Amino acid sequence: MSPQPRVLKIMNVLSAVLVLAAFLMAMFYAPLEKVMGEVQRVFYFHVATAWVGMLGFIAAAVVALIYLRTQDLKWDVIGLAAVEISLVFFLIAIVLGSIWARPAWGTWWTWEPRLTTAAILEMIYLAYLLLRQGIEDPDRRARFGAVYTLLGGLSVPLTFVSIRIFRTIHPVVIGGGGSEKMSMTGSMVATMLFSIAVFSLVFVTLFWHRIRLGLFADKVEALKLKVTQ
Amino acid sequence: MVEIIEQKERPASNYLRAVTAIAWKDLAAELRSRELLSAMLVFSLLVILIFYFALELDVKARNSITAGALWVTFAFAGTLGLNRSMAVEKDRGCLDGLLLAPVDRSAIFFGKAISNLIFMLIIEAIVLPVYSVMYNINLFNLGLIGVTLLGSVGYIAVGTLLAAMSVQTRTRDVLLPILLFPLVIPVLVAAVKASSGFLLGLDMSEILPWLNILIVYDLIFIAVAFMVFDYVVEE
Repeated sequence: MSPQPRVLKIMNVLSAVLVLAAFLMAMFYAPLEKVMGEVQRVFYFHVATAWVGMLGFIAAAVVALIYLRTQDLKWDVIGLAAVEISLVFFLIAIVLGSIWARPAWGTWWTWEPRLTTAAILEMIYLAYLLLRQGIEDPDRRARFGAVYTLLGGLSVPLTFVSIRIFRTIHPVVIGGGGSEKMSMTGSMVATMLFSIAVFSLVFVTLFWHRIRLGLFADKVEALKLKVTQ
Repeated sequence: MVEIIEQKERPASNYLRAVTAIAWKDLAAELRSRELLSAMLVFSLLVILIFYFALELDVKARNSITAGALWVTFAFAGTLGLNRSMAVEKDRGCLDGLLLAPVDRSAIFFGKAISNLIFMLIIEAIVLPVYSVMYNINLFNLGLIGVTLLGSVGYIAVGTLLAAMSVQTRTRDVLLPILLFPLVIPVLVAAVKASSGFLLGLDMSEILPWLNILIVYDLIFIAVAFMVFDYVVEE
């Protein structure tokens, strides 16, 4: 097994340090939001984790297309990595959003378009993992996985649009318009952008690790096959 | 020999003939056994009965819930039919035979999708009047019938593709609804809203966005299924 490349090692350290920095920035540098109070500070990590989830979602759909074109199993490993990271980060974003929504909207959960779409997306990811689990042949598993990710990539935007129309016809009772127009000061915007940048780095680092892990797993599988033969 | 040459000269009609042959095969088999339709029908009727007890569908609730209850019924009954129609092909090795036929593989998809769509429409044609009678609500509405058709097309397009995938996995029947439902949410949302819009006699401008979503979904997923079906049946 090849050791981690130096760039990856640097990225490990940098990710850890910068996440800590973003945390401190959200806690101490960003000013206190007057209406919502301290709980608003969760917003910075919420936006950043949702951003990483989006990155993973887009990466998975693009990689699925590439896999279907090339039929190279390497792309399947990359696609699975993107889906897993996106699954975890959307879950974190939903949980952080709930923590914020409880005091701000008065409820843990509301059927808001972004929230609902994120939840449906999690279901699609879980279905994807179940689908993969049921197939032994690696080529078929990769093909079906790619097809399913592609279908998900097309259906999720439509889901978002349909839920959004759903909400505009029916007036929003809780939350909605007012809370979305959060007026942010300069240091708040800076904290948010910094968090997004940091989490993008975390995404790349994790993505790299997960792809390495996937490739190693394939190698182990191949070696096992060699031993038994 | 003459026939082969003829077929080569007219690829379009050859393709259409393959599609109708596959659809016709399914319909003829179903006409004899009636396994699939009877199962779907009994299941739908049971779901409608359960809705009565679960939601206490009194006169007031009926108007607002009918569209939702109908589409839940169709969606659940639909997975039964989709599973069965693909499992039959897989179990008796028919799929391999179909794959050997010298036609474009997407013809198999369209053939199966058309027969699945016809099964679904037959069930809907029975469920709608039965629901009307049981709940004393008039469902004979051209708009509602149009929405039912549009919704079924999108549902079946994705469903046929996913059923072809799920029969080739270890978990099989269990997997189809899990794969299918998160992907057809736009169809369900739009169909339910458009159906209840027609039932409540809303203005067309409020229904139109939903019809647009249904049409866009149908077009996108028929096109995608056409493009990726090859990858699903490849050996």
